[in-house]
Amino acid sequence: MRKLITAAVVALSLGGLVWAQGSLSGELEIFSWWAGDEGVALQALIDLYESLYPGVQVINATVAGGAGINAKAVLKTRMLGGNPPDSFQVHAGQELIGTWVIAHRMEDLTWLFQEEGWFDTFPSGLIDLISTEEGIWSVPLNIHRSNVLWYIPENLEQWGVQVPTTWEEFLEIAPVLQEQGVIPLALGRNWTASHLWESVALAVLGPDGWEALWKGELSFTDPKVIEVWDLFGRILEYTNEDAPSLSWQQAVDMVVNGTAAFNVMGDWAAGYMFATLGLEPGVDFGWAPSPGTAGIFMMLSDSFGLPVGAPHRDNAIAWLKVVGSREGQDAFNPLKGSIAARVDSDLTKYNTYLQSAAADWRSNTIVGSLVHGVVANERFMDGFATVMEIFLSGRNSQQAAMAAEAIAIQSGIAK
Amino acid sequence: MKNRRDRLIAVLVIMPSVILLGIFVYWFIGRTFYISMTDWGKEAPLAVNPVIHFVGLQNYKELFTGILNGRFRQDLVNTFFFTVLFVSGSLGLGLLLAILLDREPRGEGFFRTLFLFPMSLSFIVTGTIWRWLLAPRGGINVLPKLFGLPPLGFEWTSSRTQIFSFNWQDLPRVTALVVAAVLACLTWRAVRRGRPRRAIIAGLCAAGLVAWYIWGSQLVPPALPYPEIHGFNLAIVGIIIAAIWQFSGYTMALYLAGLRGIPTEVREAARIDGCNELQLYRRVALPMLKPITLSAVIILGHISLKTFDLVFAMTGPDHASTDMPSVLMFVKTFRGNQFAEGAGIAVVLFILVAMVVIPYLAWSLRERSSL
Repeated sequence: MRKLITAAVVALSLGGLVWAQGSLSGELEIFSWWAGDEGVALQALIDLYESLYPGVQVINATVAGGAGINAKAVLKTRMLGGNPPDSFQVHAGQELIGTWVIAHRMEDLTWLFQEEGWFDTFPSGLIDLISTEEGIWSVPLNIHRSNVLWYIPENLEQWGVQVPTTWEEFLEIAPVLQEQGVIPLALGRNWTASHLWESVALAVLGPDGWEALWKGELSFTDPKVIEVWDLFGRILEYTNEDAPSLSWQQAVDMVVNGTAAFNVMGDWAAGYMFATLGLEPGVDFGWAPSPGTAGIFMMLSDSFGLPVGAPHRDNAIAWLKVVGSREGQDAFNPLKGSIAARVDSDLTKYNTYLQSAAADWRSNTIVGSLVHGVVANERFMDGFATVMEIFLSGRNSQQAAMAAEAIAIQSGIAK
Repeated sequence: MKNRRDRLIAVLVIMPSVILLGIFVYWFIGRTFYISMTDWGKEAPLAVNPVIHFVGLQNYKELFTGILNGRFRQDLVNTFFFTVLFVSGSLGLGLLLAILLDREPRGEGFFRTLFLFPMSLSFIVTGTIWRWLLAPRGGINVLPKLFGLPPLGFEWTSSRTQIFSFNWQDLPRVTALVVAAVLACLTWRAVRRGRPRRAIIAGLCAAGLVAWYIWGSQLVPPALPYPEIHGFNLAIVGIIIAAIWQFSGYTMALYLAGLRGIPTEVREAARIDGCNELQLYRRVALPMLKPITLSAVIILGHISLKTFDLVFAMTGPDHASTDMPSVLMFVKTFRGNQFAEGAGIAVVLFILVAMVVIPYLAWSLRERSSL
């Protein structure tokens, strides 16, 4: 029923479009790693597309598992084999540019952005992150925020601590929590440590320093960056020892069930607590920008692009139009637990957390995430996982900084 | 006439599989070797026509001495310990179960099926189950609580404790010493059997290695500017337990078949000669099971060298303490786009597996031709 209503509303509002382009036919293959809870959101978007272009048969090619690691492997073998899907999910930014754009595998979408008026509807900071001098390479569908600190307000009250606004404050209250048998900060396996690292680095370096790092203007062996590792090491003292065995959900669970006080995780954690655990945002769980990053929005975005040689190019372009449209983004994002990349989305469709994130998205300084593919290419990201292991085993800032600098040189980030 | 036609048909029939094998196995192996000697992974590795240069053994040099590839070297050490402990554990437990079942206890059929059951699961399923069982704050660790005891504190796969640590750069010298010791043994045997030429050659080689160990190795500059410590990560114990759980049923089946194949007359003769049950197994049954042990070692050995899914399911793609070369190969190739280095790891694995399998093939072919 809801599907029908959505379809009807959209058909009315986009009536003109339907008449103009309803004649498309054939197939459209969409490649993504959205299964399970996120699959529902993708399905809503596909339903919208099918109601607009009933002649097109959509093939939903999903490869499930682990933040897309399997899907990306399958995609790479398909692309190398000359069998690209019509459009594929990819993290906006360097993960797309450093792998596919420099390989001349993507079509420039600048014309589409002009035609659809997207220069006005997407923040310019975002468009910068998904562009090179040669063009704009993908249509961002959603925005997640990386630098968020999660907690349970009731528990904090009981333990007598305030939400820290800087890491120094955190390090002051952490012993208080430990005395009460509470783990100050919950952590999961390798990539969640890197995720924490990027929030710490943003706090130490600030948005300008963070950007300088990725432009190669700030060396990874700079004392300022070594300071990041030092602080990160001090924070790790207050995390759980079984971190390598835990998924990010289990780390969030520790906060929810009161074993731990805080967790730094992207805002899919809000979706998990809201949709899966049934907690009310703002009441049952609270959030704040990760310490020292107030006013900065570290973003990541799933986007869709147009591969060169897409078998059904016209259908794919129609898909990209739906992905970038207000209706499309508002159909997808409330279900996915993310906010629209557009600044004109209908906020009444979103829950309390997402409304607050959307407000920040429109007012904060925007920077890109490392772990989720915005600021560094895949070669660096892959190497950084190893750097993180080096640090986690040895806790040696100097060594980690040198290793990071070495991979930055190899991957062409540092000059 | 008929003979020639027969031969023609034989060739025709065998041709398709020869061609397919040639392309899909041997050509691909060759191609992997070639890719491992290129620099595919620089600039734009996924372009339609990526720019690839031949760089010789550069990638191997990088893997074995590069500063960033310490992870690969630790992976090799991990694989070594994993293989040794997993193979011996599976053999030991499998043999024990087989001997127990060989006593024909009540419900033998039931237990046989029960022990074999884990074999039917895929490593991914086994890995997921054991990840839950070995979670530090659940599963096995809280089991003692049922009996009113305090929970166990071992971190299992989260542990970062390392024992038997050694400096990777000592490896060539230590290897030289081990090989020298083996050669010394050979010399001793050759002397005892009255083969002077062999004794002299082996003895000279051993002496040369010892000399190199004492004087020569000081002249070789160290590959890395600092000592690189690797060792046995206790985190692997969890992976080993899961793997043994899965495969001991299989070795049990092999051994049980072997035990059942020992003729009753042999057993009875041994008993008449005054063997007790323990001696019967040690002196009579075990020697007769030698070929089975050998095949089991080969099969388990090459499985363990290639282990990927179990580690991937239990600790994910980036847990250095339990990492294996195959996992690193996957992430390096398909996440980091380093196709050449990934192929290099594949070749190293290929050579390791070949070192296990080829002697076995040679042995079994010789065995067959002597029949």
